[in-house]
Amino acid sequence: MDFTPVIDNFDLYLEGLWTTVRLVFFALVLGFVLAVPFAIMRTSKNPAVNGPVWAFTYFFRGTPLLVQMFLVYYGLGQMQFMIELSQQPAFEFLQDAYWYALFAFTLNTAAYTTEIFRGAILGTPYGEVEAARACGMSKVQIYRRVILPSAFRRALPAYSNEVIFMLHGSAIASVITIVDLLGAARIVNSRYFTPYEAFISVGVLYFCITFALIGGFKLLENHWFAHLRPREETTAKRKTKVGQAA
Amino acid sequence: MDELFQRLPFILEGSLITISVSLVSAAVAIVLGLITATAKLSRSRLAKGIAGVYTTVIRGVPDLVLMLLIFFGGQLLVNYIALEWFGYEDYIDVNAFIAGTLTIGFIFGAYMGETFRGAILAVPVGLLEAGYAYGMSRQQVFFRILVPQMMRHALPGIGNNWLVLMKTTALVAVIGLNEMVFRAGQAGGSTREPFVYYLVVALLFLLFTTVSIWGLRWAEKRYSVGVRTA
Repeated sequence: MDFTPVIDNFDLYLEGLWTTVRLVFFALVLGFVLAVPFAIMRTSKNPAVNGPVWAFTYFFRGTPLLVQMFLVYYGLGQMQFMIELSQQPAFEFLQDAYWYALFAFTLNTAAYTTEIFRGAILGTPYGEVEAARACGMSKVQIYRRVILPSAFRRALPAYSNEVIFMLHGSAIASVITIVDLLGAARIVNSRYFTPYEAFISVGVLYFCITFALIGGFKLLENHWFAHLRPREETTAKRKTKVGQAA
Repeated sequence: MDELFQRLPFILEGSLITISVSLVSAAVAIVLGLITATAKLSRSRLAKGIAGVYTTVIRGVPDLVLMLLIFFGGQLLVNYIALEWFGYEDYIDVNAFIAGTLTIGFIFGAYMGETFRGAILAVPVGLLEAGYAYGMSRQQVFFRILVPQMMRHALPGIGNNWLVLMKTTALVAVIGLNEMVFRAGQAGGSTREPFVYYLVVALLFLLFTTVSIWGLRWAEKRYSVGVRTA
């Protein structure tokens, strides 16, 4: 194997890396912002509030991300009004595939995150809600001070999986001409016909990002779940220390 | 609308390909998963190590990267082997169906392995010991006792993997297999109404998901017969 084509095009890979990071980061942030109100609506007992959000998550979790992206990029993007809109100077950015991918990814991650948060909200011990009510908190205050903080904490392990899923899912952006990490590899492969070098090097890069993210989430979990960690070890240590002092 | 009905059989035919890709790759994944799980639970360090590397690599790399690697790389490898080892000089085309199912089976084998590992650990050792006491061989204990007993624990995991796997098959459209997503692209291109055709395909995926969920519920009930719950 000869990795010179990869090394020669390293700036292309860096550019792709930057696109992937931007795409995943903004999709996750926007998806998160959408998911919080959706999750609260999803736990409502009123079918008029719960129903539409259920339909939204059912659709976006039941269909492939690739099809969703095609629906937005080819489907929405080639409708007459969108073409006319993108010809206006203020909306020229709509000619760029990036925004369509971002839109599809945002809705997709919003759907998955909504269901994760819904589970976490439903997992709130009811005594906590009762206690908050007994303290005279309003509904908004209960959500802001009691339910949501503990729900986010409980949702973290599942949410970290969703982040990895989004990172890996974002590779399909290369199909609609976006030069993300995989897009860079595909360009190198088609230019030099070096599939092993191009795809293995990009696989290694994805692998490193994935495990860096997993490590980061582990640190966060350790920090936030400090009160839940088993304590036997520390007490045992303390005992021996006391014994030594005596 | 007339155009849509004209092209509907074309899309539905593609959905059969989607289903067969899903089924074949699920079969590959289950076999690989059983092998991985037994390797992880075996005493051999080498087997454990290989299975560990396999599951870690799969979890770290996007499916599309692996698929393109196997599709383009496999093409090169097969032709290289044919030429160097067998002196075969014609060009061999690696079928998108084979590359797709192998990749998806390879990816989900890792996830299935984790599912099976947990399920095998949930089977009481006494059951297996009873099997050995009756004079069954290791294979007999594996297929007659372990597999049916662990299925109940593995089913929810298998179900989740199946649902994700089915959606992953959409990726084989990227390497040119004419399943339903690919056909929706063609139909959408020639009618200039891609939105309609991708929506049809999305709804078909929803249908498959829904039917699968029903089937899985039924299977879970069947495998839990005789288990008392509160």
